[in-house]
Amino acid sequence: MKDIFVLMEHRRGELREVSLELLSGAAGLGGTVVAVLLGSGADDFAAKAAGLADKVLYVDDPMFENYNAEAYQKALSALIKEHGPGLVLMGHTGHGVDLAPALAVELGAPLVTDITGLEMDGDKPKPVRQYYGGKLDAHMVLKDADLYILTVREATFQAAEPSKSGEVVKVANPVSEDISYRKFVEYVEPEVGEVDITQSALLVGVGRGIREDKNLPLLEELASALGADLAASRAVVDAGWLPADRQVGISGKTVKPKLYLAVGISGAFQHVTGMKGSEFIVAINKDPDAPIFGIAQVGIVDDLLKVVPALTEKIKELKG
Amino acid sequence: MNMVVCVKRVPDTAESEVHIDSSGKGIETGKLSFRMNDADNYAVEEAILIKEKIGGTVNVISIGDEKSDEQIRMALAKGGDEAVRITDPALEGSDGFALAKALAAAVKGMEYDLVLTGALADDDGCAVVGVALAELLGVPHAAYVKKVEVLEDGKRIKVGRELEGGLMEFLEMDLPAVLTIQTGINEPRYASFKGIKAAAKKEIAVKSVADLGLDPSEVGEAGSWAVLESFSYPVVGEKAEILEGDPAETAAKLAAILKEKGLV
Repeated sequence: MKDIFVLMEHRRGELREVSLELLSGAAGLGGTVVAVLLGSGADDFAAKAAGLADKVLYVDDPMFENYNAEAYQKALSALIKEHGPGLVLMGHTGHGVDLAPALAVELGAPLVTDITGLEMDGDKPKPVRQYYGGKLDAHMVLKDADLYILTVREATFQAAEPSKSGEVVKVANPVSEDISYRKFVEYVEPEVGEVDITQSALLVGVGRGIREDKNLPLLEELASALGADLAASRAVVDAGWLPADRQVGISGKTVKPKLYLAVGISGAFQHVTGMKGSEFIVAINKDPDAPIFGIAQVGIVDDLLKVVPALTEKIKELKG
Repeated sequence: MNMVVCVKRVPDTAESEVHIDSSGKGIETGKLSFRMNDADNYAVEEAILIKEKIGGTVNVISIGDEKSDEQIRMALAKGGDEAVRITDPALEGSDGFALAKALAAAVKGMEYDLVLTGALADDDGCAVVGVALAELLGVPHAAYVKKVEVLEDGKRIKVGRELEGGLMEFLEMDLPAVLTIQTGINEPRYASFKGIKAAAKKEIAVKSVADLGLDPSEVGEAGSWAVLESFSYPVVGEKAEILEGDPAETAAKLAAILKEKGLV
């Protein structure tokens, strides 16, 4: 079997967990696992990658201090052409999404994105990915090719304990062109709001299912009766119904409250990633097949506009 | 600023049950409503905001059958100028790469400084088309864009990309460029009655794959990187204990459970 390239993702001086997950997952596929590290003074990342890779290809150049899709694409395509791997894995992240489709077009390599499961048929991957916000799994068949590219959803694989000592090979930066047509400027942290939901013991998570912002007071009353704070799915924040600092999920916060009461939240992974560590999860949703019921301990399948006011009353009664 | 916005008609499945159809590769759409893909709606708004601020044109493209005219006309009603619908049975089964090839062929015939697509589609969620389109056009791109600022010379833009945890990555890039627009970047307007009336009269140019200079084998399943073999329902671990009864009963049961857990 041909080599497997795994792209190391780093940001602001940290090697991201998805890189280690992918190295660990790749180890089970059969080929030689090659970690590809494009960094600047990143010897510590190289050492960390070597613990889970058979080999580390390390390009050390100031060009790679921060991620830049154009620089990454040029370097990766040169390394791929030189070394001829059969499979390239990268995270389905803000970096991977920005890079993989362009690289795949350039190299004529079939790409499947955001995969959640992977088996190999010889050199050919057989990936599974999700459709319709996680309501269906899709089994994909790739066109025959010499090289395949996959972007893999975070947490698809578990990062293993270091068990290898792959050779770290420093290679010269294959990119010499000027890439000022796309230039990194800065990172900006999200604004901090008045409530820090990562510290809340009880959260009522509000989703698209509330349909209109005029229904929000119903949730506010429930949260108030419980002594909980309101959290939100992306759709609710995008609509401007709750501020961005209330957003739970990949693009928002990760919360682990004692109670997460998900109301009108379907349970797409973007949201679930941020709240699945909650101690007790309750879901109210009218779709009995909503993925949220797969992670909740207790569920109510009904119209939230009817259940929520009734629940508020019951909680008030119990609290006297 | 000449802009092109790509929009897609998708089924609204966020709050609906999704059932696999008899082919095993599609879903039953009879009970579903359709709408413009969420992120595309924000892309349309962003283009119109830029047009209102610095002037220019907004050209709308969609791949789909005549039902997509509903979404195209909505974009026109909000401020779009012209529209193209790419319709061809050969496009059936296309993945993001095949769709990007069709879009690239259409965009190449237009004058453009900026092409906007949604960050991802609500149906397949692939997040491929925009970035693949940029590569096919040979122009720079940025994905997951949640802030756009046209710089003074009008030849460069500054964009903010949304990364994990809400971190924003700002970069500057030359035009022309392709941006994939993330939801929440703006507040999409509602179309005015006047806009809807005017859009109803506008002509939508309908193009086939051949009209775009493509061979049918370049799109559809033949022109795709990957094809969908089958759908299945996800294997769910331990499912939630579902409380039975009318709202008063289920609410009472849930309140009792929360009390028992010491959460009330």
